[in-house]
Amino acid sequence: MTRVINRRPNPRIARLLGLVPFGAVLILYVICSDIRLHENPNDKLLPSFGSMWSAIGQLAFTPDVRTGNYLFWADTLSSLKRLAWGMGASFVIAIVFGIALGLIPYAAALANPFVAALSLVPPLALLPILFIALGLDELSKIVLIILGVAPYLIRELALRIEQMPYELLVKAQTMGASTFQIIARIILPQMLPRVLDGLRFSIGPAWLFLIAAEAIASTDGLGYRIFLVRRYLAMDIIIPYVAWIAALAFLMDLGLRVLSQRLFPWARAST
Amino acid sequence: MSQISIKNVWKEYGAVTVLERLDFEIQSGEFCVLVGPSGCGKTTFLRLLLSMEPITRGEILIDGVKIASEPARDRGIVFQRYSVFPHLTVLGNAMLGVELAEAKFGGHLFGRKRGRARNAATDILGRVGLGHVLNHYPAQLSGGMQQRLAIAQALLCQPKILLLDEAFGALDPPTKTQIHLLMLELWKDRGMTVFMVTHDLDEGFSLGTRVIEFGKVRRDPQAPDAFGATLVRDVDLRGQTDKERSLSLASWERNTKSPPVVDMFQRGRS
Repeated sequence: MTRVINRRPNPRIARLLGLVPFGAVLILYVICSDIRLHENPNDKLLPSFGSMWSAIGQLAFTPDVRTGNYLFWADTLSSLKRLAWGMGASFVIAIVFGIALGLIPYAAALANPFVAALSLVPPLALLPILFIALGLDELSKIVLIILGVAPYLIRELALRIEQMPYELLVKAQTMGASTFQIIARIILPQMLPRVLDGLRFSIGPAWLFLIAAEAIASTDGLGYRIFLVRRYLAMDIIIPYVAWIAALAFLMDLGLRVLSQRLFPWARAST
Repeated sequence: MSQISIKNVWKEYGAVTVLERLDFEIQSGEFCVLVGPSGCGKTTFLRLLLSMEPITRGEILIDGVKIASEPARDRGIVFQRYSVFPHLTVLGNAMLGVELAEAKFGGHLFGRKRGRARNAATDILGRVGLGHVLNHYPAQLSGGMQQRLAIAQALLCQPKILLLDEAFGALDPPTKTQIHLLMLELWKDRGMTVFMVTHDLDEGFSLGTRVIEFGKVRRDPQAPDAFGATLVRDVDLRGQTDKERSLSLASWERNTKSPPVVDMFQRGRS
């Protein structure tokens, strides 16, 4: 009898196994939902898939009476816009500061303790300050995402640069590279795939901060909607919205991964 | 093409003396090999030659001029590992030296200048036997090919001195022999000065025109770090045939005393 640590499923079985938990949760949900709805057809806690479909259909395909918008898509668009701004800005900030911190000893001495302290401040605790200082508009929500994501990205990038084999930096210098050339030709191209990876790992936190900000002060967005309809126990809207958020996060992750593989074919081979 | 003068060089880390009273010259066109057990300060000396660390006392001159305080284009290097840039193709790696020199701002060449750089790179890559993998990334190459690329890359910068830091130490024997022949060929062609650090005596005696060794001549059992290593042996191999070289090696090995209390000065260094 082979040890269990040495028994590997073949790829097809592995894929099937991966689907099992999803199926199990779905089936469990349908059973529980049926039982509850059987007892009380007006139960709101575990709505049937049919009622979820019609609730979302209402939001997605019928214009809102008051605004004329298709709320589902309008929510998605404004949430994604905030995310894109927040994560895009974090990306740029991380590259500028991460490279400075990782490569330039004086910059590291100056800023390392500050960045370390900053990354210990829970961003959500800063949200009231942001609302007071920046108002309740888009800016405060985007800044919250930046505060949540950028310090992590900066520290991750600086660490990666410090971990680069020193041989490469010496080699570049023996080839006559200036600091700027080293950044432009060696550091930046080698680190971009790392930053993209960091960005992928930041998708979860970014959504967290986005939803928190939208829940507290917003007039649209996916997070705003689920916290709004919570008042009516509208599980038939909340559950599909949550699934939609997860799907969007998955697609963002996939997109960044494919982008990274396309742009940096060397990165996969050398790690 | 260039002569190196080491003038009474000392290297200390706090109270620990690693190298002391190093005082010798490496002639222009020489293929000088530094051998010795690990811990004898070989790597430290190479770091000094590269200006990766400050010299505590004394100075190193190239053609009579003190070396810059940071690594520079006059001293090319091939390390044992991590000598080529993983994000650039073979061609990109080879062109990099020219691009950095000619495109002062961003380090990217375009148009005709790029074409010239590409031609120069392609020439030498063909020479080192990488003409068929110009668009491969280093991770797709074998260790021997990566080192050949590293040599080509260093040579394209036309350094006054080529430094080799255990450059062939990680290669399997047939690959090593191949690359040795290539190295000798390039060295003879260009008449350049090569300084190689290795722990492999066979390699040293088959390539070099001169083999030197660092070791300790003074030792204080109470304070093992008080004295550093210095030049203890120096053999001239110029004009020797392969047979004479192996005789030189045999006599070198006969005269090698059992290494003196190695653990006492090996601490904290490699």
